[in-house]
Amino acid sequence: MDRNGGRLTAAGYALTAIVPLAFLGLFFAWPVASIIGRGFVADGALDLSAFSEVMARERTWRIIGFTVAQATAGTALAVLLGLPGAYVLYRLRFPGRTAARALVTVPFVLPTVVVGVAFRSLLVEGGAFGSLGADGTFGAVVAALVFFNYAVVVRTVGSMWAHLDPRPEQTARALGASPWRAFREVTLPALTPAIASAASLVFLFCATAFGTVLVLGGLGYRTVETEIWVQTTQFLDLRTAAVLSVVQLGVVAGSLALAAWSRRRREVALRLRAGATDDHLVRRCDLPLVAFTTVVVGGLIVTPLTSLVLRSLRTPEGWGLGNYTNLATTGSRDALEVTVWRAALTSLRIAVDATWIAMTVGVLIAFLLSRRPRQPAARRTIGVLDGLFMLPLGVSAVTVGFGFLITLNRPPVDLRSSIVLVPIAQALVAIPLVIRTLLPVLRAVDQRLRDAAAVLGANPRWVFTAVDLPVLGRSLGLAVGFCFAVSLGEFGATSFLSRPDRPTLPVVIFRLIGHPGTGNLGMALAASVVLAMLTTGVIAVAERLRVHSAGADL
Amino acid sequence: MSGLAVRDLVVRFGATTAVDTVSLDIELGTVVALLGPSGCGKSTLLRAVAGLESLTAGSVAWGGADLAGLPVHRRRFGLMFQDGQLFPHRDVGGNVEFGLRMAGVDRAERAERVAELLELVGLAGYERRPVSTLSGGEQQRVALAQSLAPRPELLLLDEPLSSLDRTLRERLVGELSAILSKTRTTALYVTHDHDEAFTVADQVAVMAAGRLLQTAPPQRLWRHPADRSVAAILGYRWFAPATSLGLDGAAMAALRPESLVVDAEGPLTGRVLDHRFTRGGITVRVDVDNLGEVEARTPHLDPPTVGGLVRLRVEPAAVALFG
Repeated sequence: MDRNGGRLTAAGYALTAIVPLAFLGLFFAWPVASIIGRGFVADGALDLSAFSEVMARERTWRIIGFTVAQATAGTALAVLLGLPGAYVLYRLRFPGRTAARALVTVPFVLPTVVVGVAFRSLLVEGGAFGSLGADGTFGAVVAALVFFNYAVVVRTVGSMWAHLDPRPEQTARALGASPWRAFREVTLPALTPAIASAASLVFLFCATAFGTVLVLGGLGYRTVETEIWVQTTQFLDLRTAAVLSVVQLGVVAGSLALAAWSRRRREVALRLRAGATDDHLVRRCDLPLVAFTTVVVGGLIVTPLTSLVLRSLRTPEGWGLGNYTNLATTGSRDALEVTVWRAALTSLRIAVDATWIAMTVGVLIAFLLSRRPRQPAARRTIGVLDGLFMLPLGVSAVTVGFGFLITLNRPPVDLRSSIVLVPIAQALVAIPLVIRTLLPVLRAVDQRLRDAAAVLGANPRWVFTAVDLPVLGRSLGLAVGFCFAVSLGEFGATSFLSRPDRPTLPVVIFRLIGHPGTGNLGMALAASVVLAMLTTGVIAVAERLRVHSAGADL
Repeated sequence: MSGLAVRDLVVRFGATTAVDTVSLDIELGTVVALLGPSGCGKSTLLRAVAGLESLTAGSVAWGGADLAGLPVHRRRFGLMFQDGQLFPHRDVGGNVEFGLRMAGVDRAERAERVAELLELVGLAGYERRPVSTLSGGEQQRVALAQSLAPRPELLLLDEPLSSLDRTLRERLVGELSAILSKTRTTALYVTHDHDEAFTVADQVAVMAAGRLLQTAPPQRLWRHPADRSVAAILGYRWFAPATSLGLDGAAMAALRPESLVVDAEGPLTGRVLDHRFTRGGITVRVDVDNLGEVEARTPHLDPPTVGGLVRLRVEPAAVALFG
């Protein structure tokens, strides 16, 4: 029998690590290093003048202030509204619960541009809330962010709540605690890690929101993300953009550290819960929460979605499919260079490429991180790699796009004119999702199964094929679906990199909104519906493959 | 009427009836064990008494007052589960004093009572220990102290020792019984283990498939189960007309392995099928005329020959009579 008992040798690990390391080195580390270099290095020496100059501007601080304010407001609201939602959708049993859970998830899988367009369809003149004059306001942006992130809170907290052992709460009640007091003293502390974890994720998503803010905020409201884009594409001021990217990297690193810290606490807490879920029929005392959640879901989620669909069917001539038939044109006054359908085709092609790239790199990383080698040195290396691979986890798409723009568009690596840049950037955005989908499943595989296979004579490759792969099967499908949907909706990085003659669907939608004319707005709405149906369809198929384990949620 | 009075209680979950028209009384200061196989509805009955399940029909009363509409936290009943009831984010002291805090007892008094209870359950000085560092047995001691701290009117114990291993369980059940009688606690003790039920209870109520079959003091239940199904739940495995065993006073006799003893002078004859070692001796499987296959104990250390004939005698104290 082989001396390593079916475990990978050091050489095996190195070989497996080399592809993801090379990929991340070339497409993540190098662009990020270039950004920092542009911001801080001039003529080969450290130069803080650009940094201090940008940071001295009042405009910069206004933008940072707005970014933090909108992220804080969005997070606070998402948590406040999401907690009752988590209770209603995960602790109560009622007909249609599965459908309600799916409905709540829809916004999260919608491309950010579509979210922006859906809210604008409500707020522009002629929309359901057009009279509020909220178009382009702070409130509109925050509402859209909450719309988008409500599902994160509901699902993260809910899936934990569903598995929470009910007995401590019952004990507290028997010991004289009122329902509210038992919740506050027993349930809430048990949920705190999940809430913190959800909140830090939501904060990250809000702070890096790009498409939604760009579409809804108009020119008046800028976040660090949109400002990087504006400085790069409108003012061609790459130094300022670089400094702002560094600021954004700091924001992301901060929220990631917070998320990692709370996730660790959550994993500690997870050990304490029973396997079975505990839910009960709706009782009279639950009715206020049910009513509250119904209003939130109805107002926050159903209204914008309905408005998007309804308004896409409204043409200057009345109700009809006019906007959809126009998708075969380039828009009124030739707003576009290609038809919307051609852009959709481009999107699908790019999504295929982005998916296989992200899957290749993601599976290798997840495989590596799930191993528990016996040698202490190898263990330590895996620990370091773990931290390293998680770095791009929350990288803002805009930073990726900007980094590619200033790194890969000239020798030695000139990919600017080649069409591979967009799928690679999208893959980079999707890889963290692949890892987060696969890693919990792989880590849940009992090491004894692998040992048993090894004792029976399997080499590492056979062990993977015989033990890990069957368990992974469904999750692989889920990860493929996530990649595909992420790629279809990706806007932040793509907006920097897509060539004018080969735009993707989100890019086309954004251009249509920017061009005057009701015909173009109608087409943007119709194209958004098409894009939304594509991504939700892909996710719906993939979700059916989800292995039901709480750890793999989100 | 004082104590607990359950009348015609029904609890239904959709189409299944978990508790089917059960009536049960517990007098103040006594312990009633609710004994039955798993899934028979005994835990649901306990949860209904606690107020954790809504009643489909019937009533639960304490001290003559109907408890309908009285929420769990106002019933002043204690609860003890087999595991998982301790608050993981509080230390031992924080767990034990929880009920006292809810009752608004001041800090000094709480500390005093916590110390007193930890002393009672044999964990004096454990106040500041995190609960996650305790062994299973220690956790259940803390759980008992926690549920007893606010001096509940009625203590509801749901399989409190089932998660512990056998040796520990046998030791703890004795201690638990002593603590309950020392504190004169009125208690409903749900279990599927008859040894536990007989050790702790003044009255044992036998339950199967949602219905209460019989309630009696241990001794009487053991000697005179109401019918064959109760006898079977108590562990009696073979049934025969009492006269065929030379017993009288009832129509039927129920036997368990301890009821028959290999004895050269015994009145019954059977063929030895096989034998095995069990706790405290040898158990022989014998095919007895008119009785079929039964098991018997032998006081001898060397087993009888397989295929040979043995004579058996009936141990009257280990036989139940009914009908």
